[in-house]
Amino acid sequence: MRYAIPLIIFLVIAGFLASRLRGGYDPHIIPSVLIGKEAPEFQLPELRNPTKKFSPKDLRGKVWLLNVWGSWCIACRQEHPFLMQLSNAGTVPIYGLDWKDKREDALSTLAELGDPYVLSVSDTDGRVAIDYGVTGAPETYLIDKDGVIRYKEVGQLTPEIMQNKILPLVRELNK
Amino acid sequence: MKRIVLLLAILCLVPVFAFAKEAKSVSDDPELEKRVMALSEELRCLVCQNETLAGSQADLAVDLRNQIREQMKTGKSDKEIITFMTERYGKFILFRPPVDPTTYLLWFGPFILLLAALIFLFRYVRQRRELIVDAPLTPSERLRAGDLLQAESGKKTT
Repeated sequence: MRYAIPLIIFLVIAGFLASRLRGGYDPHIIPSVLIGKEAPEFQLPELRNPTKKFSPKDLRGKVWLLNVWGSWCIACRQEHPFLMQLSNAGTVPIYGLDWKDKREDALSTLAELGDPYVLSVSDTDGRVAIDYGVTGAPETYLIDKDGVIRYKEVGQLTPEIMQNKILPLVRELNK
Repeated sequence: MKRIVLLLAILCLVPVFAFAKEAKSVSDDPELEKRVMALSEELRCLVCQNETLAGSQADLAVDLRNQIREQMKTGKSDKEIITFMTERYGKFILFRPPVDPTTYLLWFGPFILLLAALIFLFRYVRQRRELIVDAPLTPSERLRAGDLLQAESGKKTT
């Protein structure tokens, strides 16, 4: 028995370390405090039509995704083809928050890769991103008919996340 | 020749322009700057998480420092700014973790381990004490021991 104690301690520590190494644990993903709260209000110029302002209030009564991106963001480029797919499927509209970007760069990226967004807004100085607790792009928020944030994904959207987490929520919220 | 000199003179000015651009984000009020730095020591950089906002050069850290600076200029207190930050990024942004149910293990864990170790040590020492068997000498052993001790002291005196 007394020889088993160090072994048990070792197994507990090893198990703990293994659980953190596997299972895709990422310390950069901070649980959002905004889930269940109203999406912060903003007024930002539209990327394609800067004289027009967009506000999340315009989408009351709709379930939609807000995707934080930037032409400088490599992970967003990797995520892009999947966003195109989603946008073509048309189950849920995607709006873009172009984070700390130059307008020309953003437009040329969309011209090159295609535009999955109903519209994008320019958050040039990153103020709105701070209000949304963004720590890095891409990040995606699911916002319901009452303008409440229901889900947040830090990092790229994948077909699995979409199938298992977001789409069931979208169906439920659209009822 | 003149042209080259002029070109060189212009080139010498380039670092000056570069510096002018860099200094722009810092306000010229040293008191305010001190407050900004003191408060950003208390907040975590969310990109490089083992750094404070004050020590980080990450883009987001610079933005958040600007945000702090601006809010201080509008007369907000440190407490109000910390509330602003935790409302967006959660308690995770606090570099000094607050004592609340989610951090009890962090704060009190070491003391619990210390207590457990003390209990273990105490029990172990008590157990050892019980292992000592009282073994009195038999009369013949006592005699022999006395002889040996006497012989020993006799040797020393002579």
